[in-house]
Amino acid sequence: MIPMDWIWGLVGGLMIGGAAGLYLLVNGRIMGASGILGGLVDGTGRDSMVERLAFLFGVLAVPPLLVPLYRVVDTHITANPLIIVAAGLLVGIGTRLANGCTSGHGVCGISRLAPRGLAATGFYLLGGAVTVYLFRHVLGVI
Amino acid sequence: MARLPGMPEPREVVAFLAGGLFGSGLLVSGMIDTTKVQGWLDFFGDWDPTLAFVLGGAVLPMFFVWRIAEKRGISLFGDPIPARTAPRLDGPLIWGSVLFGAGWGLAGLCPGPALASFALGGWGGALFFLAMVSGMVVAPAIRAVLFRPATTD
Repeated sequence: MIPMDWIWGLVGGLMIGGAAGLYLLVNGRIMGASGILGGLVDGTGRDSMVERLAFLFGVLAVPPLLVPLYRVVDTHITANPLIIVAAGLLVGIGTRLANGCTSGHGVCGISRLAPRGLAATGFYLLGGAVTVYLFRHVLGVI
Repeated sequence: MARLPGMPEPREVVAFLAGGLFGSGLLVSGMIDTTKVQGWLDFFGDWDPTLAFVLGGAVLPMFFVWRIAEKRGISLFGDPIPARTAPRLDGPLIWGSVLFGAGWGLAGLCPGPALASFALGGWGGALFFLAMVSGMVVAPAIRAVLFRPATTD
C-alpha cells in the first residue's frame, strides 16, 4: 500500500511542474521562486516588476483559498525565533549567491539536465542533510 | 489588442496563474509542512521520501516542456527561451547552495513554500519571510566581498 502522502506529493509535484511549464512556454521565463522575489528585492528585476509581482501574488493568495478544501494546513514551523531568523538569512543569502533554489535550480535545472542546476541541487541537499544531522541528532535543537 | 486602462497585461495574468498553480502544488504536496521537509533531509534518522515524489512529479512534465521550448526557441508571447549557461562550477554556486541548504534544513522552508505558506504560517512564517528578504538585500554585498569578479546565471 502506497502512503497517501506520497500520492499527494506526486500530485502536488505535477502541479508545480505544470506551473513551471506554463511560465516557460507562455512567458519565456524560468520559474524560480528566489530569483523572482530576489530580483524585486535588489532591483535587478525592475524591468519585469509587474510580472514578478503578479506571480508572487498568485503564490501568496491562491493557496489560502484552497484551505477549506484541504486536509492539514499546519506548517509546524519551529517556535524558536533564533533558528527562524538564522534559517531565513541563510536561505536569502544562499539562494541569491547561487542564483537559484529548489524551484529554479531544482525543478527547472534538473529537468533541463543543466550542470549548474544538478550541482546546486547536490550541494543544497548536502548542506541540508548535514544541518539536520547536526542540529537534530547531535545538538538536539530541531 | 486593445485593452481597457488599468487592465492587466496577458503575460501578467499568466504569471498570476502560474504562481497560483505553483503555490497550490506546494500546499497539496505537503511541502509547506516543515516537518516533512526536515524528514526528507533526515537521512540518518526517520527518513521521509515524500519530497522525491514531489520533485519527480515536477521534473517529469518539465523534461518534455524544455524539449518543446528549446526546439521552438521562443515563448508563446515571443520572448526568447533563456539560454543555457556555461557548465561552470564556481564559488558562489557551491557555497551559496551549501548555505541555502543549511537554512532549508534548519527551518524546513525554502523560498517557494515560505511564500505559499505566508498567510498560513503564523508569526513564525512571517519572521522567516522577513529574515529571508533581509538576506536577499545583503546578498549582493556579501558576493562582492567574498567572490570576485561577480558571476551571473
